[in-house]
This record gives sequence, C-alpha cells and structure tokens, in this order.
Amino acid sequence: MTEQAPVLILLFPFLTAIVVALVGIRIKTVCWPLVLLSLAGSVWASLVTLVRVIESGTISYKLGGWDPPMGIEFRIDGLNALVAVTVTIVALLVAIYSRDGVISENKNKVSQYYTLFLLLIAGLLGMVITGDAFNLYVLLEISALTSYALLAMGNIRATLASYKYLIMGTIGASFYLLGVGYLYMKTGSLNMVDIHEQLIVNHLDGSSTILVGFILITVGVWIKMAFFPLHAWLPNAYAYAPTTSSAIMGPLVTKVMIYVMIRMVLTVFGPVYAFEVLNWDNIIVWLAVIGIVAGSIGALAQKDLRKMLTFLIIAEVGYMVGGVWLADETGMVGSIFHIISDAFMTLCVFLFAGIIYTKTGRRDINAVDGLFKKMPLTMIGFLVGAFSLIGIPPTAGFFSKWYLIQGGINSGNWEYVVALLFSSLVNAVLFFRIIEIAHFGAKPVEGHDAHHGDDHAKISEGSFTQVFPLLATAAIILGLGIFNKEIVSIIQDFVSQFNLVAGI
Amino acid sequence: MELLEGIADRFNYWIYVILMMIGLFAMISKNNLIKKLIGMSIFQTAIILFYVSISYKEGATIPILYHDQVHGAHHEEASVTETAAHHDAEQVAHEASADVHAEASDHAEHAASSDHDDHAVSHEDHGSLEIDPDLFVNPLPHVLMLTAIVVGVATLGVGLAITQKLYGEFGTLEESEILEQIKSAK
Repeated sequence: MTEQAPVLILLFPFLTAIVVALVGIRIKTVCWPLVLLSLAGSVWASLVTLVRVIESGTISYKLGGWDPPMGIEFRIDGLNALVAVTVTIVALLVAIYSRDGVISENKNKVSQYYTLFLLLIAGLLGMVITGDAFNLYVLLEISALTSYALLAMGNIRATLASYKYLIMGTIGASFYLLGVGYLYMKTGSLNMVDIHEQLIVNHLDGSSTILVGFILITVGVWIKMAFFPLHAWLPNAYAYAPTTSSAIMGPLVTKVMIYVMIRMVLTVFGPVYAFEVLNWDNIIVWLAVIGIVAGSIGALAQKDLRKMLTFLIIAEVGYMVGGVWLADETGMVGSIFHIISDAFMTLCVFLFAGIIYTKTGRRDINAVDGLFKKMPLTMIGFLVGAFSLIGIPPTAGFFSKWYLIQGGINSGNWEYVVALLFSSLVNAVLFFRIIEIAHFGAKPVEGHDAHHGDDHAKISEGSFTQVFPLLATAAIILGLGIFNKEIVSIIQDFVSQFNLVAGI
Repeated sequence: MELLEGIADRFNYWIYVILMMIGLFAMISKNNLIKKLIGMSIFQTAIILFYVSISYKEGATIPILYHDQVHGAHHEEASVTETAAHHDAEQVAHEASADVHAEASDHAEHAASSDHDDHAVSHEDHGSLEIDPDLFVNPLPHVLMLTAIVVGVATLGVGLAITQKLYGEFGTLEESEILEQIKSAK
C-alpha cells in the first residue's frame, strides 16, 4: 500500500469526485462525509510519502509501468512532498469548514460544488507531484477550469470576476503550453528531469529557443499566480466568491503556482541557467519589491475584509517570487518555507473572514465590532493567523520571513529587505485595526448605532465545524513555528543539491 | 531579401504568431464578452498550429508502417521513430548548434510507437528493413494537441456558461454596460 502512496494522494479526491457526482446528486447528505473521508485518505497518503522521502530520498513513481523519460512519472522529493502535505491538510480543513457554508450559499448545487471542489484539489495535487511538463499543463487546466466554476457560484460580481480570471488564466496556461512546446523542439522530451539533462548535455545555454521557452513559461506562471502587474483578476474573484471557494483557493492556488515556478527554475532550467546565464534576478527582485509594496498599499485602501486579504495574497506572492530570485540558498529556503506557512496563514484569515460573513452577514471590517466577548475562540484563532502574517514569533510567519530577510541580506538585495519590513508594518496596521475594533468596538457611525446593537446581540460562537478548522489551523501555524528547524532541514536538504551560492 | 526568405521558409510559424496576436487582441480589447471568447478560441487554435508545425516535415507521412514494409523485414521499430523525432526537432529548430540527442527524442516517441511495436516484434526475424525516418512525421505533438483541444473546448464551455449567467443577470453582453450597472447599483 505504501508503495502506491504517491498516486493515491491524487486518486482519493479524483475518484471520490466521480462518486460524489453520481451519488451525491440524489442523496445530498452523503457528500460531505465522502469528501472528508477521501481527503483524510489523501492526507494519510501524503504523510506516508513524506516519511518515505525523508527516509529514502526521491521517489519516482512510474505511471502504468512505463520508464520515466518515455512514460509519465510522478517524481517526489523533499520539496513537493512538503507542498503535497500542505495542500492535502489545507484541503481537509476547508472541507470540514465547508459543511455549513456550502449548504447555505449553494443550496441546490451541493453535489456539483463538492465534485468541483475535489477536482480542484486533485488538479492542484497533480501539479505538485507530477514530473512531466505536459502533464502539468493538463492538471493546471483541470484546477483552473474547476476554479472558474467555483468562483462563479458566488454573487454576480464574482461571476464577472471569474470571467476575467478565465480570460487571464487561459492566456497564462497557453503561454505555459507554448513554452513547453519550445522546450520540446530543442530537447525532444517532456519529462522535467530529462529536459534538464538534455539542456546540459547539448549545451543549449545560449539557444534562443530555450530563452523564448523560459520567458513564456515564467510569464505564464506569473499570470496564474497573480504576480503584481498581472494580478488584476484576483481581488474581485476571491472577495465575492462563496466563502468556501475563497478559503480553498486563497491559500492554495497561488502557492501551488509558486511551487511550479520553483520547480521550473530549479529542476527544469536549473539554477545555473536561470540565475547565472540569464542574470535577470535583480530585475525580477525589483518587480517583486514593487509587487509587495503595491499589494500592501492596495490592502490599506480596502474596507472590505476579504478584499483586503486578497491584496495581502498579492503582497505575499511578491515575497515568494522575490525570495526565489534572490538566487541565494537562504532566500530559496525561506521561499519554500513561506509557501507552507503562508498557505496556513492565509487559510486562517480566510476562514475567519468566512465565519464573520456567515455570522454577521457583513463584508466590511467593522463587522468584527466587539466580537472578542461574543466569539472568543474564533478571535483567538484569528489572532494567531494575524500575528503570523505580521511576523511575530513564535508563529510560522516570523520564521519564514526571517529566512527571506536573511536571504535578502546575504545577496545584498536591500530593497527587498526594506519592502518586506514595510509590508510587515502595513500588516501590523491592518490587523491591529481589526483587533482594536473587535476588542474595543467600532466608532459609532452616525444614524447607524441605533439598530446596531440588536443584530449583534444574537451573535455567538460558530458551530464546531466552523471553529475547529480555524483553531486547528492556528495550532498548525504555532507548530510550524516551534518546529521550524525540522521542516527547514528537510527543505535545506532539497535546496543544497542545487549548489546555490550563498551571498553572491 | 533575406528577411523575405526567412518568412517564406517558416511561414507557418509566422501565421501562428499572427493568429495568436489576433486572438490576444480580441481577448484584451473587445468589449463584447462573446467576442472575447472567440478571441480565446483563435488564440488556442494558434497554439495547435504551432505544435503541429513542430512535428511536420516535408514529404513525410503518417507514422504507420504499411503491410509490405513490415513483411520480410527485420527492424528495430523504436530506433526508426527515434531518429524521426530527432531529425524533426533539428529541422524545425534550424539551429546549427542543435545537436539534439536522439535518445531524448525516443522518450517522447516511445509511448506513441508502442502500439506498432507489438506488431513489429512478431516479425522480427524477417531480415532487415530500411525505413527512412524522414518519411514519417512526429506523432507526439499531435497526441498532445488532442488533449489541448479537449481542454480548449472545456474552457470555451465554461466561458460560455459564465457568459450566460452574466447575460441572465445584466441583460447585456457589453462589458462596459455591465460595469456601469454595477456602479449604479452601489
């Protein structure tokens, strides 16, 4: 059984999606337990795989028994084993949370919603574990198509945003596909490791075909991850989607795309090509700096809680893209660790926003007015997530930022360090504003406070399925922070094989 | 003159770029939601043209062996298609330094050629057979494009469904009018 674990990670949600589609449409109540079971299975499989990777190194799983360069291969090393575990755990927590939200927001479409939900996760997991460049494209489109539908199920503004996302996402994915085509022209291979070997063996460093492929793939992936100038589709899409949709996509979609970028840079093109031959890292770090600052300022301007969080996602994408292109070992470790910690931080605050929205029916920041007394557990969960986004020890966010900043210092990219600190400050302003409102109450709005007290009086703690995932996420954030050394050592093992020079 | 020759030599690549730009232009600048989706379709079709161009070579045919080619001949099937892909990649790339590894290509090939492998194995002891790899196009990009076509159709379907929902809500397909309605509703 453990032999087959790598493929089971993907198969659990994929096959259950079919069952949910067939059975769930008649018996609605069966959907949620089935989803939970399948994702629990997926978590188990990914944990087993992670343990195997730690014990015995990279796993190559040959689909259908075809040998790697010819057949499709699932290739799992320290990097994607960790990301796969993150994705499955986040998915499981969101699935637990989704019980109330899906029924209240999409009453007639429960089974359809869960089918798409599982397919999205299957697509994301597939992207994480596959070792084949074209296979990655197909899974990218699976996750993209399902996410368009999941977003469009929200209110009408989400539908419009989802349309824009569809146009942008298709451009991004098509660029990626074109880039793979250019690589195939020169190397005759679609397997990631093999493409890299062919690049080395045939000395294709100077080839303009490879350069075009590199640019197309990078830009395509940037569009999909909402890297700053290409981010326009994200805020509205996530802010107006059903709460469950934004809770699953906010943490996962952008992070998985960053994983894809790291995979392309390290495994396919190789750090020597990406960092030394091209020598564009400084430009891209500057782009990331602009992205971080723009995302933070955008967040400051928002009054809508979830929209503010979406701008934070854009800033966080800047952190990670910048961290990768520092071309520094510590920066790379920080980036990878930040994928994991940011997935949980974002999940935490999005779950909080979802709970607030279902409880109060309001989107703006003032909705949290005086909630510390009424929903103490929810607020505690939120506090941990917020502290982590600000970067207060011992949360995971502090440590990942620590590595990123060290990477910035080592490589001499001071602008990146400044941008990170600036963004942390902005996060502090944003979240302390929310905490203040929640603790001391909002400033009374004229003509509003009369009936204000009534609808707030009834508010109490959310149901168990809402609060449990939030608190579990908070616990994971603290756990990641406390055990950061263990996780970083896994990442370090992975990164060290690429001989990134520390402090060029 | 050189420029013209360059264009004539690879006119299918030029057409793919032009088609892609038409599609991109429509997706970005058109106001009508359906026209944007049409642009998206053109864009994706251009990529299909690109992939098919990679695999094409002049005077080549589909990579299936005819009955008389197989009979009375010994052959190592895999090696045949291997070099086909090798040549192909080289020809398309037109780059002197491109000493593409034949081994690389066979990975891509193997899956596609496997079905006639079985066929071939049974005839292995029939002496030797010369097959010119230049006579066969590379099937792999075609197979990839079958998948891409499916993806394109699915994307178009989702896009049309979303457009329909928007039309039901706003009663118009013009993006500017939709945005105005949202603004005035605020």
